[in-house]
Amino acid sequence: MTALLRLDAVSKSYAHRPAVADVTLEVRAGESVALVGESGSGKSTLARLALGLVRPDAGSVTFEGRDPARLRARADRDVRARLQFVPQHPRGSLNPALRSGEAVAFALRAHRVPRRERADRTAELFRQVGLAPELARRFPRELSGGQLQRVAVARALATGPALVVCDEPTSALDRDTQERLLDLLAELRERTGTAYLFVSHDLAAVARFAHRTLVLRTGRVVEQGRTEHLWTAPAHPYTRALLDASGPHVTLRLPERLPERRTERGAERGAEPNHKTEEPT
Amino acid sequence: MVTIRHPRTALAATAALLPVLLALAAPLLAPADPDTGHLADRLLDPGAPGHPLGTDGQGRDLLSRLLWAARPSLTAGLLPVAVAALAGALIGITAALTGRATEQALLRTLDVLYAFPGVLLAIAVATLLTPGLGATVLALSVVLTPAVARVAFTETRRIRTAEYLEAATVSGATRTTLILRQVLPVVAPVVLVYASSLVGLAVVYAAGLSFLGLGVPPPTPEWGAMLDELRPALFTHPWLAALPALVILAVSVAFNALGETLRGRLGEGTEATR
Repeated sequence: MTALLRLDAVSKSYAHRPAVADVTLEVRAGESVALVGESGSGKSTLARLALGLVRPDAGSVTFEGRDPARLRARADRDVRARLQFVPQHPRGSLNPALRSGEAVAFALRAHRVPRRERADRTAELFRQVGLAPELARRFPRELSGGQLQRVAVARALATGPALVVCDEPTSALDRDTQERLLDLLAELRERTGTAYLFVSHDLAAVARFAHRTLVLRTGRVVEQGRTEHLWTAPAHPYTRALLDASGPHVTLRLPERLPERRTERGAERGAEPNHKTEEPT
Repeated sequence: MVTIRHPRTALAATAALLPVLLALAAPLLAPADPDTGHLADRLLDPGAPGHPLGTDGQGRDLLSRLLWAARPSLTAGLLPVAVAALAGALIGITAALTGRATEQALLRTLDVLYAFPGVLLAIAVATLLTPGLGATVLALSVVLTPAVARVAFTETRRIRTAEYLEAATVSGATRTTLILRQVLPVVAPVVLVYASSLVGLAVVYAAGLSFLGLGVPPPTPEWGAMLDELRPALFTHPWLAALPALVILAVSVAFNALGETLRGRLGEGTEATR
């Protein structure tokens, strides 16, 4: 299966400090890939590289064969529509000066959905993410953190994306709200076949959501593989330390396997190891 | 029963609106022709028959002149602020969202204008032009724009890396749409609140230019020019000489109060979103 998103040996430094160093990753259609690591490990920088919001110092980023940082607003509108974003902070993810429905309508407008259809489509998207359409008239300050993240998901889904990059979407939410948001994302994935690049330091969230996981440390991938293998038999000491630090509440609730990959799995098993590790540093 | 949710803001808005309404209603309210006087009635004290606020050195009714003077004086106070708000927002947002070269070019140009005290800059610009309301408006626009641009720049810089702007960028919006529909709704209230607090300053500056003979030419009544005309009577008829100054002070305080209360309300709004 060809990769939707491919980051090939990308590196990025800020003020001469490497944030991401020589990372290669792929996300295939319908697949959920998680990036985990502690703060400062380069997860969010990778997410922004994937979205084309920042450009790599070295290496290349391609989404459907195009560099997302070079997509033009008008000419590449269709490609742009297929790569979307759910930010980290509920309070920062929506414009405080606009009603929540306008955030969704803005995305629809950018993709030339006629004005008369926008209200209906916004209401439909609100329903899809489990929000009453009436909430579209409220300002962000009038919504809870969980509701705000659902609006952010609705905005991301507005253009029918093939890949959604979620930058720690549950980190600022309480446990119950996290669970409900993850259930929603999983349900939408099953229904729409959308792929996810899921950035998180929350191992429980990753364990239940991602098909594959990459563990990042100081900008480098130290271990990667199928989530169940990584979690049941972590090979790198850093991965083990992350699992130990996460406490006893982390239980492995795996996502549904990809239908496409079930057919490939036999060949895959023979072709490559279940997960790869770098030498511990 | 109608309840006022923000009584302080309503009070300040009423105080600021009052001189505007009085200026509009000048033809109805003024008891006499502001430009015609009788030398026999010169420098009558307030309360004189037919002249509630007295007369000036040429026997012209002061109440009528103060009412008519509100038109050019408020125009010179409000129009430059409106021009500065538009130009400043455009310059500030452009500087904050474009590349470093454009940002530095715009900011350093503003710094040059900042290097001159406001009054001196206004005088310098006004002396290059033919005295009149147009010259006053242009001079004050030049003086006020850098300050507004700085506010717009700072606010835009604050939100430049906001996640909602990143999400909007990823949505595929053009730069213009992004500015008009995402940046402006956040920056405009801050700029407008700041600009409202500049109206008082602009009224005082405009009066200053007229006082120096660089503003509206006589005999058109203007508060600063009236102050100059009544200056010789400062020691003999202090109440008459003080009247235009008191009006300038009251209008300036009203607009400053409006700006302050709006700033407070904006602060409450942004607190709630943090």
